[in-house]
Formats: sequence, structure tokens, C-alpha cells
Amino acid sequence: MSTASVPLPNWITYGLMPFLNLVVAFLISGLVVWFIGESPLEAVKLLLQGALGNGEGIGFTLYYATNFIFTGLSVAVAYHAGLFNIGSEGQAYVGGLGAALASLALDHYVPWYVTMPFAVIGAAIFGAAWALIPAWLQAKRGSHIVITTIMFNFIGAAMMVYLLVHVLIVPGKMAPETRVFLEGGQLPKLDWLIAMFGGKIGAAPFNVSFLIALVMCAAVWVLIWRTKFGYEIRTLGASPTAAVYAGIPYVKTVIITMLISGGLAGMMALNPVLGASARLQVEFVGGAGFVGIAVSLMGRSHPIGIVLAAILFGVLYQGGDALSFDMPKITRDMIVVIQGLVVLFAGALEYLFRPAIVRLWQRFGKA
Amino acid sequence: MENLDIISILGSTIRLSIPLIFTALAGLFTERAGVFDIGLEGKMLFSAFAAAVAAFMTGSPWIGLLAGIAVSVLISLIHGFASITNRGNQIVSGVAINFLASGLTAVLGQAWFSQGGRTPPLSPSARFTEIVFPYANQLRDTGFIGRFYANVISGHNILTYIAFLAVPASWWILYRTRFGLRLRAVGENPGAVDTAGISVTWLRYRATICAGILCGCSGTYLAIAQSAGFVKDMSAGKGFIALAALIFAKWRPVPVMLACLLFGFLDAFANFMQGKNVPGIGEVPVQIFQALPYVLTCVLLAGFIGVARPPKAGGVPYVKER
Repeated sequence: MSTASVPLPNWITYGLMPFLNLVVAFLISGLVVWFIGESPLEAVKLLLQGALGNGEGIGFTLYYATNFIFTGLSVAVAYHAGLFNIGSEGQAYVGGLGAALASLALDHYVPWYVTMPFAVIGAAIFGAAWALIPAWLQAKRGSHIVITTIMFNFIGAAMMVYLLVHVLIVPGKMAPETRVFLEGGQLPKLDWLIAMFGGKIGAAPFNVSFLIALVMCAAVWVLIWRTKFGYEIRTLGASPTAAVYAGIPYVKTVIITMLISGGLAGMMALNPVLGASARLQVEFVGGAGFVGIAVSLMGRSHPIGIVLAAILFGVLYQGGDALSFDMPKITRDMIVVIQGLVVLFAGALEYLFRPAIVRLWQRFGKA
Repeated sequence: MENLDIISILGSTIRLSIPLIFTALAGLFTERAGVFDIGLEGKMLFSAFAAAVAAFMTGSPWIGLLAGIAVSVLISLIHGFASITNRGNQIVSGVAINFLASGLTAVLGQAWFSQGGRTPPLSPSARFTEIVFPYANQLRDTGFIGRFYANVISGHNILTYIAFLAVPASWWILYRTRFGLRLRAVGENPGAVDTAGISVTWLRYRATICAGILCGCSGTYLAIAQSAGFVKDMSAGKGFIALAALIFAKWRPVPVMLACLLFGFLDAFANFMQGKNVPGIGEVPVQIFQALPYVLTCVLLAGFIGVARPPKAGGVPYVKER
């Protein structure tokens, strides 16, 4: 008998099943660690210590998490409309250009809190612009958004390298990067926030972008669940034909949703560009756009879930760094393995345990 | 531009196109059967690693090829298990495979060989080396045709010739066999195939296995024919260029080969142009050539050069009616 149509309570669908998937992903990661001859338990201990053991570790963890909140929200907004935006990576990269231009233009003249809104808007506009053509192709020409956003990731990467190598580079310097922004073009660190909990931020680049990310979480929640447009987005995602039949304009909804998604991805650039390195560098996104896919999947496209998943991946990133320091056999690439397993089990194989759970539920749960 | 330059560009066009041809043909099989395959890149990387490791351990390129194919088929089956049996999201599964490939090959490479994710360099006997055709060396200095024969037709490794044979072979399988007809049908209208009493699941699995074999060849080519060992992330986006070529060719075998040759040519031409000045323009930025395959594909998708219509049931898991 088919188990696919048997309804299950929410705590199983949204709690137990993702948890089981995550456990399997981590168990297999542990097997990989064991296979290359290290102790998985020791590795977990070192990882958690490195990520959460002191103020600096927590600062780094939250710094990485900030990136993933932005890209996770970006993927989630598109996902609610049934669109798979795999181009957050490229949108964030191009968004960095908008943020950097704002800083380069203003940092001589005004303090950071004046530059910030311009940088936020610049990053969002540039990120959104990079999502516009794929969105238009999807809405008007029916080209699959996955394919076009992949293509635009590569086009964006080529364009940004060109701009950094030939246009934005400081004359006479070798490194393809812009000049370092003055203080008026940087986002200050959140050392007081860490200090409130008795820690020291140290060298961690944890900065104001984190607060912007949290504001965006709230904004996305309001947009998706408390506005008419959010309702239209969700309707489109649930059934495009029903949405069109109900009078929801397909082209407009797809394009605006993708612009919002691209804008959120673009804002991710604030964190590394204005917050951490104070300049625009080649490949500063470093795969955060793809991590956003994992984060959005794990967080079930809900802002609260996304924050939790982003922090989990922040722990993995920062802890993985510390781990590779203490266990040279386990390189940073181990994080990518764990990421892959999480995406595989929490995403592609999300219903792996459903039939078994349904059978157990039917036997024991209903009584 | 000298004749010699043209010959050398054409020669490297062939060399750079081969991994694209194998990979794009792999995508042709899965996508024609209605399974999206973003994980081509990852399969390529996995098989490159497996081939390099096996060739290093055994000293035989053929065992390397077998290992490359075996691993790539295994990964294809994982993709199949997630997207066919479990009806998971095919794109997500592909993304997962790409992550896994990039991470696992580097972690294992470092753990086994401690050379920063590389595998140890292979001796010539453990690689697929160039095959020199009869009289190629004598004809090398006899004008354009002779040079063309010596440098473009001859002087490649066995996998190159297998790639060009794989194109008509794929065409024949897809368009002249019962399996091919059913495979194409399952990508357009799986319900009809199911009604005819043919298993949609098994057909789609076989399509992913075909893709695994072809991706195995392309990864092997990268690691033990084009280079002498595995380097971290050596597929470097070729899987995605192949995907672009597949779309650019509108999911048909012979145009797939032509699109791959075109993209390979762009790559070879970019290498050739590096550091050279064009009169009146100056140095042409290499990034333009890097972006061109993707730009061309998007222009095609926009409907300005014909319409690229993907297989109708692509990306949709098949649910048998009860």
C-alpha cells in the first residue's frame, strides 16, 4: 500500500524527519572521518570548541552565519514561488560591486551610518539586477530558471574578475582588488554584543551586517506570511495554474519575486566586503550562495529555520577551520563533504524515512 | 594569423572539447529521459579522482578508466535513487553531488597522498598517451594538409577517438533502437510509457547509468589523458559548460558535438589570444571568452536563435497512478 498519501502530524514532518535526515548526514560524515583514520568524537569536540569555545570563535561563527542567512533567505523567497534560484552566488558577487561603489564614493565624506543605507541599497539593486534577466527569461520565454541562473553565475564571475583586474584595481598594485575603504565605508564590529555575554571578539569580523540580516529575516517573514504579495507568491509556488486562474499575474509575480531574491543575495556582500575585508576582492562570496541552498532546505524556507540552519553552518565553517588546524589530516574540504551530505539527506532524500515512519505511526502512534 | 597558429588552435580545440563532448552526451541521456542532471560536474570530478587513484595504484590506464566509470555510475545511481525512487528534487540532488565531489575528492586525496589534494604524478605508461597515425611525422612538414593531419587528426589519445565514436553511437541508440525510443518517450510523456506496460523507473535508471559511463570517460580523460594526475577541483566548471552545450544543441546528439567543439574552440582561442594585441582594440580580455559560452546559451534560451525546447517531463518525478 502506498504510504505517500498518509497524513502525519506536524511535529513529525517538520521536527522528527529533518532531524533524522540530519543525524544520518552527520553519521556518514563521521564515517568519513573514521575512514581516514581520525576519531570522529574527538573531531566533533574540537569542532565545537573551535566554533563556540570562546568569544572569538563565536564571533567567526556568527560572521559566517550572517552570510548564510542572507543567501538562505534569497533561496527561500524564490522557493516559495516555486522558483529554484541557484544563482544567489552570482547575485551576491555582483551585489558586492554595488556595496563597494557606495563605500568608495562616500567613505571620504561621511561616517559609516550614512554610508550604510546607500551600501545596502546598492548591494540590493546590483544583486537584483543580476537576477532580472533570468527572471525575465523564466517569466516571458519559459527558460528554466535553474539553467539561466547557473549561466549567470559564470557570466557574473567573469565580469567581476574583468572589472577587478582592469577597472577597479589600484594602479601599480598586483592584487585584483579595490583600495581599502576608510572607516566611513566600513561596517563596525559588534564587539559590544559579544562583550555583553562576557566574551572577547578578538580578530573575528563579526559586524553590523548580522543585525541587517536579522531585520531582513523579519521583513521576509512579514512579506511571505502577512502581505497580499506574499500570498500571491505562495499561491504561485503551490500551483502556477491555479494562481493564474485566480488572477495572479504570472510574469509580474515571478519577476518581482526574483528581484527580491537577488536583492537579498546581493546584501550578503555587505558582510565580507564592508564588514570584514573593507575592500572588494575576487571570489569573496566563496560558495556562500550554494550554502544558502542547504540552509534554505534545512530551514524549510522559514526565517527562523534559516537563522538556525545558518548558525549550524557557521559552526561547521568556523569549527572546520579550527579542526583542520588541530587535525591536519582533516582539511577544510571536510566542511564541503558535510554540506553535500546535508543537502543530499535533508534535501533530495527528505522523504527517505517517511514510509517507515508512516508504518510505525499507524501501528503505535494512533492508539 | 599564421597557418601554424590555426593548426595549433584547432589541435587544442579538439583536446579541450573531448571532456565536454562526453559530459554533454551524458546529460543528453539523462535529460532526454526526464531527469535533470546538474551533478554532471561532480560525476566528472569523482571519476577523475577514481581514475587517477586506480591508475596510480595499478599502473594501468585501462583499470583507471574502469574505476572512473564504476565510481561515476555509482554516483549516478545515488542521483537516481534520490530523484527516481525517492522522488526527491533532482536539482537539489545534483547540487549535493557537486558538493560531495568537490569535498570528498579533496579530503580523500589529502588523507591518502598528503599532496594538497593532488594525486601523485603518473608515469607515461599509466596514462592514455598520444597515438601517432601512420606517416604523421613524415607529413608534418608538407604544407597545410599534412600539418592538419599530423596535429589535428593524429596525435590524440584513444579517449579522443572514443568520444567522436560516442556521438554517432549515442545518436544510433537514441534514434534507432527500441530502448532509445522509449527513453525519449519517458522524457516527454512518462504516463504513456507506463500505460504501455514499460517500467518508467527502470528506464530512467538505465538512462542515468548511460550518463554515468559517459561521465566516467570524461573524468578519466581529464585526469589521466589530458593531465598526469588528479588536481583538486580540476573539472573547473566544465560540467556546467557541457550543460550549456547540451542546451545550446537543443538536446540532440550531433549538434551537441558541434556545440562542444565551438565552446572548446572559444577556450582554445582565449588561450591563444592571451597577451596578444589586436590592432585597434588592444588586448582582448580573456574573461570575454570565458563568459561567451554562457552568454550564447542565454541568448539561445531567450529565443533569439531558434527555440530550445527541453524534454517535457524534465525535472518532474513520475508518480504512478493508483
